[in-house]
Amino acid sequence: MTGEPLNYFWLGKLSLESLPFVEFIKTPNSSTAIAAFAAAAVIGGAIGIVVLLTLFGKWRVFWREWLTTLDAKKIGIMYIVLALVMLIRAVIEAAFMRAQQMLAVNREGPLSAEHFGELFTTHGTIMIFFMAMPFLIGLINVVMPLQIGARDVKFPLLNAISLALTAAGAVLVMISLVIGEFSTGGWSGYPPFTELAFNPGAGVDYWIWAVTLSSIGNTLTGINFAVTIYKLRAPGMTWFRMPLFSWTALCTSILIIFAMMPLTVATLMLALDRYAGFHFFTNALGGNMMNYANLFWLFGHPEVYIVILPAFGVFSEVFSTFSGKRLYGYHSLVFATIAITVLSFGVWLHHFFTMGQSANLNAAFGIATMLIGVPTGVKVYDWLLTMVRGRVRFTTPMLFSIMFAITFVIGGLSGVLLANPPIDFAVHNSLFLVAHFHNMLIPGTLFGMFAAYNVWFPKMFGFRLSEKWGRISFWFWSFGFYLAFMPLYALGLMGAMRRTVQWFEPQYLPWLLVAFSGAVLISLGLISQVIQLWVSIRNRDDLRAPGGDPWDGRSLEWSVSAPPPEYNFAVIPEVHDRDAFTWMKQHGISYTAPNEYQDIPMPKNSVVAPLIGFLATMLGFALTWHIWWLTIVSFLVILGTVIARSFCRDTEKIIPASQVRQEHEQWLARVKGLIPTARADETTSENQGLAEVAS
Amino acid sequence: MKHLLLCCLILATLLLSSCGFLDYGFLAPAGPIAEAQRDQFWLVTCWTMVVILPFFVAMPIVLWKYRRSRKNAVYRPNWTFSWLLESLIWGVPLVIVSILSWNVWKATHTLDPYRPIAGDKPALHIQVVSLDWKWLFIYPEQKIASVNVVAFPVGRPVHFELTSETVMQSFMIPRLGSQIYTMPGMVTQLHLLASKPGEYRGQNTQYNGKFYAEQKFTARAISDSEFKRWIKQKQSHPPLDMRAYSRLAQRSILSEPEFFGSVTQELFNQIVERVKTTPAADLPGAAKATGKGG
Ligand code: HEM
Ligand SMILES: [Cu+2]
Repeated sequence: MTGEPLNYFWLGKLSLESLPFVEFIKTPNSSTAIAAFAAAAVIGGAIGIVVLLTLFGKWRVFWREWLTTLDAKKIGIMYIVLALVMLIRAVIEAAFMRAQQMLAVNREGPLSAEHFGELFTTHGTIMIFFMAMPFLIGLINVVMPLQIGARDVKFPLLNAISLALTAAGAVLVMISLVIGEFSTGGWSGYPPFTELAFNPGAGVDYWIWAVTLSSIGNTLTGINFAVTIYKLRAPGMTWFRMPLFSWTALCTSILIIFAMMPLTVATLMLALDRYAGFHFFTNALGGNMMNYANLFWLFGHPEVYIVILPAFGVFSEVFSTFSGKRLYGYHSLVFATIAITVLSFGVWLHHFFTMGQSANLNAAFGIATMLIGVPTGVKVYDWLLTMVRGRVRFTTPMLFSIMFAITFVIGGLSGVLLANPPIDFAVHNSLFLVAHFHNMLIPGTLFGMFAAYNVWFPKMFGFRLSEKWGRISFWFWSFGFYLAFMPLYALGLMGAMRRTVQWFEPQYLPWLLVAFSGAVLISLGLISQVIQLWVSIRNRDDLRAPGGDPWDGRSLEWSVSAPPPEYNFAVIPEVHDRDAFTWMKQHGISYTAPNEYQDIPMPKNSVVAPLIGFLATMLGFALTWHIWWLTIVSFLVILGTVIARSFCRDTEKIIPASQVRQEHEQWLARVKGLIPTARADETTSENQGLAEVAS
Repeated sequence: MKHLLLCCLILATLLLSSCGFLDYGFLAPAGPIAEAQRDQFWLVTCWTMVVILPFFVAMPIVLWKYRRSRKNAVYRPNWTFSWLLESLIWGVPLVIVSILSWNVWKATHTLDPYRPIAGDKPALHIQVVSLDWKWLFIYPEQKIASVNVVAFPVGRPVHFELTSETVMQSFMIPRLGSQIYTMPGMVTQLHLLASKPGEYRGQNTQYNGKFYAEQKFTARAISDSEFKRWIKQKQSHPPLDMRAYSRLAQRSILSEPEFFGSVTQELFNQIVERVKTTPAADLPGAAKATGKGG
């Protein structure tokens, strides 16, 4: 797609041919038409947002309440919005891939090979870096400080900057739809394929900078969360009184801190190869791509636990809350989580058993991999036992959790199979592997996030989500998952390989048809979720839960109003038990006014984060297209901004005690007026967020 | 109702066609390596079932017994621990994983792709070069070379030595078993054996750009005498020198297999050395700087 540069000094390698519209006019076919349409959708979406904000006169609110805020809850919500938008794009891409593969048996499908390559690369990259990561980081931002009884994360500005960097990466991936192309090197971006000699276009550079920006953002987040949990737990919250979601947040943060850096290093080394003629991973002159494989998976394997541990935390909370029972095997679950955290750094080699190392090495890593299966299996049984002797309520989050447990176990089986090097030699790179990791990631990460979305939505916005549409989305997603991915196991065993744009084996066809039907159901599931949100917003008056405790919650976040005040707690609570809020309810000290209120210092809004986000987008774009003046300018301004901010002392505002008192007493009065809800009426409009206390 | 019908229809098609699913790939082995891998596959599946099956049985029972709407069910919200159950859920997986670990240790060594296959016949030596987007096979002893088709006698072990001229790829003949990466400037090894005569599909499994999907080859397992005849036939083809090789190494796909009647002993090592010392951009397999990558 690279034509004559327009003006190398000002515009770098950009040319008219960088625009998909021009490409479409030059060579009109189904593939370029789809690309042009996608570009139009991105532009249309961007214009739409601007028009809407202007029409409703919301620019000021958008700026003051959202873009410049340092409130962890709002930052979390923005993370989740980003994740949902990117999820929609990535699912559409997945549906296109399924359609292509179904249509391309013994003939060419609608998509060109390059276009298909871009699709699996963007789908994988988005799903991991711009869907799963923002979703779980957003969720931790919303829930964790509340759950440990803190007012905010430890470093609020850093938090906003992390979001800005992640968003900048996502924006780069979006821009690549409109200007130029994206990498075809897969989400793992293996050199030498991604080296200049084989991929001179801008696509790989987009990938490098998008991933680099997000990995830096994630590292900062990891540090922020870990410090928050170490330092800001409420008095009385010892390690073993900490709710499991916060434990998984801690372990994920530790994983992030240690695992993201190998990725940042790997992508930067690849960038040096491509931009400065280095030879880290080139074929000749001492380069060796095996080093990349090691660095990438030194990140990549812990990454799968980064995205799954918070979901494990969610499931732990859901199973216990919706069984009306304390978590079974709390210590077991904590130690299993820690074991997984430690072990997950010792298994990365299983991603390339087939690279020619010795049998001793392969066997050792195969065994280490299976070992991780032990704590994971323990967790699944602990969740099952949590329901034993409980009163299980089949609400949407619980349905997602149960379906997760059942499906995840199947994925565990295929995982144990893949951990066996001889078997891996036969199914490596095949659709069996694709089935396996979707079997872990969709029920694990995605269903976990969906469950969490349904559980904590009323906490974030003050009203519940429509249960009916939640259930509909659940059934579509579940059936869709099985139909879409079980056939891939069979296809993989039949020798069908991943990333394949066209097939020459007619026997694959029926399986591909079923897989496509699954993708259709999944898309319907996603559409039901959009409807769920829409319907819930329209009926929000019926769904309100101002009491803040719609599910008879057990941890501290349920003890405050919904949505919570900016400072989370009028007075920092004292923790007496693992299920801190349940304890308070049972001892009749929930919803009580303290003797005394105090001034609360909170961080002031700051333009630093949106500024850095904007500049980082410019920087990534300029680097991708070799626009050097813009590279230098944006980099220097980022540096200057950070330095200037470090001299700024006036970063806090004081929320006076009188205001805290007034807000808190107002809420308490409101709670007094609510009728306690029995669990049977949980999903009806009776439920206003005050739970009946079980005797 | 319509949807239900559609679903049934799809399921019916699936069931009908599923008869085929064991007929391809390593679950339909054509050699001892794939056979051993198939056995491993079922063995591991069975052992893992010990941990999984109780879960599948217990889950519906628990959901049924402890559903909220059921009257008079036991409800003990503070029950959180049992030593017996806890020992079981840690112990059983640990035992199974120990058994499987012992198995992995043994199987990984016996099925190591680098390990020669025991047999009375000496192994046939074939050198493999992966190009964009084709496979070059060099027979250093028979001094012939072929592209996109490889033949070897049934029942005789084959020792593949592999490298890549371009990006990393992966060499695989699904019905014979193991795959192994081919890497530029490096040599990997793979030992396979076909015990049934036939034509098997071989392929690259590591994405390498535009014509990845079409980078297939045919592996022909033929009788000894047929193999001798095959070699003889091919010896009349033009030689494979560096020039002919450089033409092959350009990015392209071939519509027909090609053959070469003579090759020097050193060609394979020359290729490895050349890739190590010459920047990839200066080799024929590089993408043209103006073209779109991929
Ligand atoms: C929602 C339904 C989804 C569908 C229908 C779907 C479908 C697909 C398809 C068709 C591929 C390409 C397979 C191939 O290479 O032949 C793929 C690849 C991939 N998917 Fe998904 N996917 C879904 C969700 C997810 C989720 C939730 C994640 C991660 C959180 C994910 C991560 C990936 C990754 C990492 C790849 C590999 C990309 C690569 O080859 O580099 N997918 N998916
Ligand atoms: Cu891994």
